[in-house]
Amino acid sequence: MKPIIELIKELADKHGRNRHSLLPILQGVVEQERYLSEYSMIEIARELDIPATEVYGTATFYTFLDYKKMGKNIIRVCKTITCSMKGEKQILLAIEDMLKIKIGETTQDGLFSLLQTNCLGLCHKAPAMLINNEVYTDLTPEKIREILTMYMNRKDEGENNVN
Amino acid sequence: MGKNLKITINGATVEVEKGASILEAARQAGVIIPTLCYHKDLCVSGNCRVCVVELAGQKRLSPACATPCEEGMEVLTNSLKVRNSRKHIIELLLSEHNADCTSCYKNGKCELQSLASEYKIMNQDFINLIPYHNYTIDMFSPSIIKDDSKCIRCQRCVRTCAELQGVNALTMSYKGEHAKITTFFEKAMNDVVCTNCGQCINHCPTGALVEKNYIEEVWNAIADKTKHVVVQTAPAVRVGLGEELGFDPGERVTGKMVTALKRLGFDAVMDTDFTADLTIMEEGTELLTRLKKAIVDKDPNIKLPMATSCSPGWIKFIEHMYPEYLGNLSTCKSPQQMFGALVKTYYAKARNLDPANIISVSIMPCTAKKFEANRPEMHDSGYRDVDFVLTTRELAIMIKQAGIDFLKLEDSHYDRLMGESTGAGVIFGATGGVMEAALRTAYELVTGREVPFENLNINPVRGIEGIREATIKIENTLKEWSFLEGVELKCAIAHGLANAKIVMDEVKSGKANYHFIEFMACPGGCLGGGGQPLPTSPEIRARRAKAIYAEDAGMPLRKSHLNPEVVKIYKDFLVAPCGEMSHKLLHTKYTPRKRR
Amino acid sequence: MRERTMSTNYQLKRADFIFKNENDWEEVLSKSISRPPQELINELISSELKGRGGAGFPTGLKWKVSSEVKSDVKYVICNADEGEPGTFKDREILSMVPFKVLTAIAICGYVIGAKEGFIYLRGEYNFLKPELLKAINEFEYYCKEIKLDFSIKIFMGSGAYICGEETALFESMEGKRGEPRNKPPYPTLSGYMGKPTVINNVETLAHTYTIFKYGSKRFYDLGVQYSRGSKLFSVSGDTPKPGIYELELGMSLSDFVEEFGDDDTKAVQVGGASGFLVPRKRFSETNIGFQGKLVGISLPTGGSMMLFNSSRSMYNVLDNYLNFFAEESCGQCTPCRVGCQQLLKGIKAVKRGEKNAQYLDKMLKLAETMQVTAKCGLGQSVGNSFSSIVENFREEMIY
Repeated sequence: MKPIIELIKELADKHGRNRHSLLPILQGVVEQERYLSEYSMIEIARELDIPATEVYGTATFYTFLDYKKMGKNIIRVCKTITCSMKGEKQILLAIEDMLKIKIGETTQDGLFSLLQTNCLGLCHKAPAMLINNEVYTDLTPEKIREILTMYMNRKDEGENNVN
Repeated sequence: MGKNLKITINGATVEVEKGASILEAARQAGVIIPTLCYHKDLCVSGNCRVCVVELAGQKRLSPACATPCEEGMEVLTNSLKVRNSRKHIIELLLSEHNADCTSCYKNGKCELQSLASEYKIMNQDFINLIPYHNYTIDMFSPSIIKDDSKCIRCQRCVRTCAELQGVNALTMSYKGEHAKITTFFEKAMNDVVCTNCGQCINHCPTGALVEKNYIEEVWNAIADKTKHVVVQTAPAVRVGLGEELGFDPGERVTGKMVTALKRLGFDAVMDTDFTADLTIMEEGTELLTRLKKAIVDKDPNIKLPMATSCSPGWIKFIEHMYPEYLGNLSTCKSPQQMFGALVKTYYAKARNLDPANIISVSIMPCTAKKFEANRPEMHDSGYRDVDFVLTTRELAIMIKQAGIDFLKLEDSHYDRLMGESTGAGVIFGATGGVMEAALRTAYELVTGREVPFENLNINPVRGIEGIREATIKIENTLKEWSFLEGVELKCAIAHGLANAKIVMDEVKSGKANYHFIEFMACPGGCLGGGGQPLPTSPEIRARRAKAIYAEDAGMPLRKSHLNPEVVKIYKDFLVAPCGEMSHKLLHTKYTPRKRR
Repeated sequence: MRERTMSTNYQLKRADFIFKNENDWEEVLSKSISRPPQELINELISSELKGRGGAGFPTGLKWKVSSEVKSDVKYVICNADEGEPGTFKDREILSMVPFKVLTAIAICGYVIGAKEGFIYLRGEYNFLKPELLKAINEFEYYCKEIKLDFSIKIFMGSGAYICGEETALFESMEGKRGEPRNKPPYPTLSGYMGKPTVINNVETLAHTYTIFKYGSKRFYDLGVQYSRGSKLFSVSGDTPKPGIYELELGMSLSDFVEEFGDDDTKAVQVGGASGFLVPRKRFSETNIGFQGKLVGISLPTGGSMMLFNSSRSMYNVLDNYLNFFAEESCGQCTPCRVGCQQLLKGIKAVKRGEKNAQYLDKMLKLAETMQVTAKCGLGQSVGNSFSSIVENFREEMIY
């Protein structure tokens, strides 16, 4: 993990220091940090020479640009119509049950955050969810347990260091 | 000039310039279309949809503010479809608005309220959405109260803060049902880059943004027999107050205002114009001293251009945005704070009063003055120099509460000692005024002659353009100022902080080589201040400016150094401009703040 | 015998253009850019291809207008912000046949005089990015080879349905909140960065590939009057075979349900949450295509076809849609921001008995107001599903 300030400079070098590079830079920070802290937003604003308020207003518009601290793996369960018809509730229950967190919360170890999201465009394979950028479809409670176990094991293998 | 085109509005033909919006065309034709998010000072946003009109042949309605006229367009502004839709929109706004009107500071002054009244929204039965939102009221700022439950998301404040002021304290945040106007991370206004200028208040159609009022505190002080309550009135108040009390914009009500203040029970009614004149003595001397040190002594530590320091919105702006230029600010306090420091020293002594028992109140066209009075720096009298700052609007409220029929008041004069002023003090209220007043005195000081402008009216520094420049060549100086012989004094004026930003960036880049710059936070200067009567518009500000200059023209004395009370205070108390006593009471320093 | 209300006797006709793996994009590209731009525009115009994102604006006309505007800089943008509930075809196109889309973007650039193209890819499809970047690299390499000065970049969205609205998409690309702009001006004159911009849906671009390859007639001969060509349908919900299907436009909804239903289809949502719900009794008089002079009702769609069987509560369906809209509205204009909340809270209040059934009528009127006063397509179309569900399933809303 790079220090945020270095990361922001690198992203600005890559995408340019103007307003229309704001989204890619925000995305770059979220990719590493999983969320945008006050500090990151101020540094981004400084780098692009725009008001920090504008960064905040823009970032909070986009669902995937979280501005509250998130876990290493962000689970986003689709709640839109087809997924909701095909068992989204059971999927959520299975996750909540396994991770001992509710929607909007992060596990104690900082490994998972659980969120709901709107249509993922996977309606024909509902219910569906994202973990970070990975897609998981045709979910069942059993599948959930397999998938989450896989992520937990990654942690055991040391690939998943939190912090 | 663009080509003209013809449209019809409710059947009547209107000829408009190409590029005009339907709203502009309608106004030209005398047809009123209600608006909320539209404001003449701001870019068109088209988001409230209150101004929708019907266009022949179109199923959907169009926002009059954001739709350009096209040849042959047939516009209906009052069809059944328009009426029903408009009513729905007002009802929707009311459903998300905390419509507890009787307990609202803006009761009677709210644009949404008057629309609701106009459209007779009697059976509003949409669901009240307030309980579904976790709204808070931010009361931490000494100047501004932000109540999200009254916000209708027209974004006028956001546009004001960005477009007019370049401050961007406010933004639209989140989206959909959660969309609301916030600061950075929803911090208190007090805790973010905000200049307290109050332009957001001036442009807010509802009670979502209002000044923090100190009306009750002042009533209590007046009622307290142990207190001697002194009031000062800023130059711009006298050309604005009338609007709140039955006069048209641009009416000068100086004498009536003084009478009213006396009737309210203030023990002494004096004039900030006095300290405006004093500011000219101090600031003019400071400028000439800096010029001498720079030109004669070649002192590299002298900071030029020198910037004025009367506008507390501008002060906070430079503290945040250009802290490295704080050394360029004149060290003079604003006239309000000079007055405050003198009331509890000079005035107290002359009247034989214990300064501890003096309550010093100021009536200002400004909300940033509330913050300024609250600064820890402003205790040089040994007490808080100014205890309470009221806006022009708050004074009007007090006058109404006191049952004073303002229209029928006789004129009266300010009390002595700090109540005398010249035309130069008065024009502090308009953009360019401080510059003009300074030039009137400094030029004469240096050359022994009046400024070479007819009737002392330095027209090049007057006007409404956001940034103005003037160059004054100094010739045939008096002997002691010979180092200025032939110098072209380069001056600039900026009003509205967005313009201040442009000028400062030019200073920063080295593009500008001014000697002296006047900065005013608010568009039009103090007469367009954040504490002035509502509504505000370029026309209203122009009328107030006209009144200011008329007041100046009508004064027997029009140069600060001729103010007899100014002469007296130097003789009796201060000794000399920029002297030791002045430095103790009338000058100050400011602190760098974070830019983001 | 089921009664036919169509002017022609029409059967459900499958087509196979989009996903046909042809591997001839290099040829299609080089051949197309050797033709005069006007000829390509005419080809598009005579194909009568209309935008496949849902709005159905004639594609040829869009290109024509932008080609005629004088500007030093112009842009082509491929709208891959596929966010409409029940739509997932664009994702499939980009992962299966990216070169068709890239080719079409470049041809459009050639036609209008743009040197830069963008794919605005929704954040949810981040996983497509690596493969797509590879394809773009290969594509740009070929462009250099044939001396075509054109580059394509991917711009990622970050989770905002409204950014599928073209002017909101521009705002988003410019680093701002995705709030739709006032129109006029239209993108063809003033789009991304204020420059003339052609913005087309992924599928629309893929169809132009077919048209440039086979000629407009081949495309025009498919479908029916006013609704020419084939279209991808994203089929989901209560169906034994959810998935993506390319069908000719103009089919009757009964034929569609016969093919894709589960013998218990109660209603079909045509065009996603912003489209219309058609109850069983109207299947036979409903055709899938753009409004025209067809007998019966014509419903356009961006391709979303969601089937509901009798086990589904239409109240729950509507509640889900309205939640979606209340969250995904950009929030700037009153009718959409407040209207969505009112409709959502309103149906709940009626269901709970806190408001009487007549309140539904007030909300139907509100939905009409939203249709005529909202700033953009989102707010204007919330009323579509609201009215079609409430009118057809009123009892389910109350009891």
